[in-house]
Amino acid sequence: MTLSPDAKAPAGEVVLEAIGLTKHFPVRRKLRDLFKREHDAVHAVDDVNLTLRRGRVVALVGESGSGKSTVARLLAQLYPRTAGDIQLHGESTRVKGGRPFRAYARRVQMIFQDPFASLNPVHTIRYHLTRSLKIHGNAGTSADDLERALADLLTRVSLTPPERYLDKFPHELSGGQRQRVAIARALGANPEALLADEPVSMLDVSIRLGVLNLLRDLKERLNLAILYITHDIASARYFADETLVMYAGRMVEGGDSESVTQAPAHPYTRLLIDSAPDPDRIHNMLEDTGDRGNGEPPSLIRPPAGCRFHPRCPMAMPRCTTDLPVRLEIGDAPGHWAACWLYDEGTVAAQQPGSAAAADLVNAEGTR
Amino acid sequence: MSGEPVLEIKNLNVDYGLGDQAVRAVRDVNLTLHRGEVLGLAGESGSGKSTLAYGLTRLLAPPGVITGGEVIYHPENAEPYDVLGLDDRGLRKFRWAETAIVFQGAMNSLNPVHKISTQLNDVLEAHEPKMSAHSRTARAREMLKLVGISPDRMDAYPHQLSGGMRQRVMIGMALILQPQVVIMDEPTTALDVVMQRQILGQLIELRERLGFSVIFITHDLSLLVEFSNRIAIMYGGRIVEEAQATALYRDSLHPYSAGLLGSFPALRGARRELTGIPGSPPDLKGMPTGCSFHPRCPKAFDPCAGNIPVLGNPDTPDGSARTVACWLHPVKQPVA
Repeated sequence: MTLSPDAKAPAGEVVLEAIGLTKHFPVRRKLRDLFKREHDAVHAVDDVNLTLRRGRVVALVGESGSGKSTVARLLAQLYPRTAGDIQLHGESTRVKGGRPFRAYARRVQMIFQDPFASLNPVHTIRYHLTRSLKIHGNAGTSADDLERALADLLTRVSLTPPERYLDKFPHELSGGQRQRVAIARALGANPEALLADEPVSMLDVSIRLGVLNLLRDLKERLNLAILYITHDIASARYFADETLVMYAGRMVEGGDSESVTQAPAHPYTRLLIDSAPDPDRIHNMLEDTGDRGNGEPPSLIRPPAGCRFHPRCPMAMPRCTTDLPVRLEIGDAPGHWAACWLYDEGTVAAQQPGSAAAADLVNAEGTR
Repeated sequence: MSGEPVLEIKNLNVDYGLGDQAVRAVRDVNLTLHRGEVLGLAGESGSGKSTLAYGLTRLLAPPGVITGGEVIYHPENAEPYDVLGLDDRGLRKFRWAETAIVFQGAMNSLNPVHKISTQLNDVLEAHEPKMSAHSRTARAREMLKLVGISPDRMDAYPHQLSGGMRQRVMIGMALILQPQVVIMDEPTTALDVVMQRQILGQLIELRERLGFSVIFITHDLSLLVEFSNRIAIMYGGRIVEEAQATALYRDSLHPYSAGLLGSFPALRGARRELTGIPGSPPDLKGMPTGCSFHPRCPKAFDPCAGNIPVLGNPDTPDGSARTVACWLHPVKQPVA
């Protein structure tokens, strides 16, 4: 942590916070919808809360289409949000472009999934990094300063010796090296938070860990706050301090990575973990064909009422189809929560026929 | 699992381009697929695993040339023959009816302007011209039911189906002529883990019912360990290790296999620091001398840089059931 100019900032300080973040994408209207009052929209992200702290990695896990990339783009202010708030150091920010956006991007940088597409094939590595340094005012005043800054950036991402890479074109580098250049470019802004949208899923298996270890190393040295978006829950366990699970645009479970992966509470998280390949479970593909919630994610134009997982959930209760579950503490570890009625004692008790709680619930329904 | 071979690959070599400019993508590959087994083929991108699959089905697009070797196919009740020596007519009979292939992106393998039913029908029409239209439809419906798609989706267009359903249609299409061998080239990489498990579970079930053999190509070794019988690992166009899935997982001999296995963070057990494999995959144009893995190998020693290790049975207790190409494990019996 001594290398960073910002090392004075205490670790654990909140950098970026999303509160009730919501994004609906409008659906193109057809002629027959002309006189409808309600407009269809894809409910890509609904009511997402997350906090990025200095020196900590938060993983956001979910299937494709669960809205995890949309969250990253909202946090990077690449999309305007529909509702909710994004706070940078406690201050609400909404930027659209121009200078305010640059100032924001200086502090919050994004790394994209595909390093083959995110680097311009007609420019050298030197050009990419110089632009990042100059735009964000870290290029210094002389050519020497710039040269030093470039070498420093490449050294930080372990592309050494820097001279060997500076004048290469992206196509001359391997996938892992390209992703390292993309990371160096993000670091050129000297950001406080990095939003990494599936940074390793396009890379070869053998070099994925190298890039993850690099990110972890940078997090520690530069005291960065990192949002790590992935569909691979095992890598979230490996890399992140805190894991959040998303399903169909909503957060369903969260907590420190170890408790979320070792004692998953939400039925969807359990399904995800059971589905992940596990070499220790050789040849039992046939044994566990029981109902664990197979099927597909719902349409987000008209998401299911209540819990969005209830049509697939093997443990769905009547209440799940009507009421949106709230965050409930699990109690096995501090901060471990799930949005599932299974952890609400009253609801579970109501499942037992003839119980007092069931009668109460029926009465409550009647009076509403 | 009977030990009878169904497909034998002998010294297969595939180049891209000709002469000095040629890139040698597959080199001296020997591999045997037995009846009813799932053979996993793992390796990084550029290791030649897909080229091998296209080579043995003779689907290589032009700069690709098969420069040597044999692919012996053993039909169920007939004499074995060399696939590489087939003429156009023989090849047409061999493809799909004997060996079917499921390509990487199911999204792109189905024709977007034709209904599913038309596409299934086309296969039957081309390969079994004597079949009546009625029985063709019946067969197509049956196949869709088998892969878990309700037959009333027959008249859907590909864009009306989800990714998982399209992949199922592709698998059903591959199985419709009841081939002996099904080659799957990264069939589930574009899918989510939940869908991936469902489809693979179904595939295993179908294999037990219909008795075909599978060559399963992927870069996800942890997936292979769980569900294939034997695994062959490719690096730089060669097979570097081949063993029973359990043996490979419990005690892999080649440092590259060990490195690959160590590249997957575990979901269970202790959390430990993993390193992956240093360096990057080799450039096929400028292969390192000797063992192509030696620049990245943590255990490289003197002979590695100079001599290419031979693939053969190692000198271990279970040595006769596995092969490895590494100087750390002296070969008792090289593979012919």
